Amino acid sequence: MTSIVVTGFGAITPIGGDAAATWAAMLAGTSGAAVLDETWAADLPVRIAAPAAVDPSDVLDRVEARRMDRCGQFALIAAREAWAHTGSPDVDKTRLGVVVASGIGGLITTLTAYDTLRDKGPRRVSPLAIPMLMPNSAAGYVGIELGARAGVHTPVSACASGTEAIAYGADMIRTGRADIVLAGGTEAAIHALPLAAFAAMKALSSRNDDPSAASRPWDVDRDGFLLGEGAAILVLESAEHAAGRGATAYAEILGAGMSSDAHHIAQPDPVGTGAATAMRLAVENAGLGLGDIAHVNAHATSTPLGDIGEAQAIRTVFGSTADDMCLTGSKSMIGHLLGAAGAVEALAVVLTLHERLVPPTINVDNLDPAIDLDIVTDGPRKLPGGDLAALNNSFGFGGHNIALVIRST
Amino acid sequence: MASEQEVQDGLADIVNEIAGVPQEDVTPGKSFTDDLDIDSLSMVEIVQACEDKFGVSIPDDQVKNLKTVGDAISYIANA
Repeated sequence: MTSIVVTGFGAITPIGGDAAATWAAMLAGTSGAAVLDETWAADLPVRIAAPAAVDPSDVLDRVEARRMDRCGQFALIAAREAWAHTGSPDVDKTRLGVVVASGIGGLITTLTAYDTLRDKGPRRVSPLAIPMLMPNSAAGYVGIELGARAGVHTPVSACASGTEAIAYGADMIRTGRADIVLAGGTEAAIHALPLAAFAAMKALSSRNDDPSAASRPWDVDRDGFLLGEGAAILVLESAEHAAGRGATAYAEILGAGMSSDAHHIAQPDPVGTGAATAMRLAVENAGLGLGDIAHVNAHATSTPLGDIGEAQAIRTVFGSTADDMCLTGSKSMIGHLLGAAGAVEALAVVLTLHERLVPPTINVDNLDPAIDLDIVTDGPRKLPGGDLAALNNSFGFGGHNIALVIRST
Repeated sequence: MASEQEVQDGLADIVNEIAGVPQEDVTPGKSFTDDLDIDSLSMVEIVQACEDKFGVSIPDDQVKNLKTVGDAISYIANA
């Protein structure tokens, strides 16, 4: 079977303008949370979020930026970094693919265009509105940038989207459609509407007076997630192709497992059946045993029910072997990047395995007594040498459950 | 009513803002498509911006006749 390796990566996140800055901030336990002091946020019940550390308009050319939604801008920045990181190779473009997921797509464009329609009439709506707001816009722009002709795709599975993109990209290579695929996710939803709507669902932390403490996976006082924004893109490549051009393999995408809850559109299955199925299938698909998984980068959004359900699902699948695994929750620092979350967290796993360092989960002041797993809170924690495999979990509204198994190289 | 020079200067600013073309390149003999590399979507944006800036109406059936910068200048200046 074709082996898939990660030969490059790029990111723009609430704690770093690129992958290296993001990783350094993760190891340091940095929170990307901030109070939203814009006037549009003044009346919201939740006035905190984790904005990108760097404004994309400071990175991109002005004319280029104005033709893209903010989520497209994030994706293009991350994709350019990833492509440069892998050496900007001269490859057969008919064997180059792109998979950039998004949970919501060009939401800010949609809302801005609607404001124009309402205030100025239909003849003032921008002709760029549709190509900016469509969820596949970011993928399309990345594909044009690289000249990718093996296919450009956009999985949409809410907060599992970014992870699904990596699984889909790996499948493109395994099934022989491509040699290299840029895969990841992007999201730009820090706006009054999604903040009001998520708050209406009681999904967000309302810790307005202490934003850096808002995202606290597994802590007894967690009260919801912190909305983040940004993008991460991995360069996936067949091991043979990577070896042929002498590319560095930072990690291997060994397997993926997917399931669906068929339970409720927005609530997790209380016993985590679907989540457990995805994890078990991922380990099987990777050809590993349960005891081979040393680490889990958990979905862990800091919601009261979700964190418990995932922990129970991990215990259900791994039984006593879960005692030998350590977990971390990247959302404690970056917040929840929705359709980009799984991509940033997959990048964290790649770097965790490559550097053999698990970044901490911050804000776990009082571990929920219902959690009987080894959470890395004082970090970073050193991992041993030798072959190591880790799991990256992502779950999304709609009942999507996706787990990736990533192995050290 | 704006003079043709005023329209050219204003149009140059609009084309620069929307498509990044340097103002000095927006001259009457230039084709929007062939010389300035303006795509059809940007052309719609330029028309919208001209209507706002110059207070004119440019109906859709007229836009296809505005092939050059000069076409647009004379249409706007005489509207």
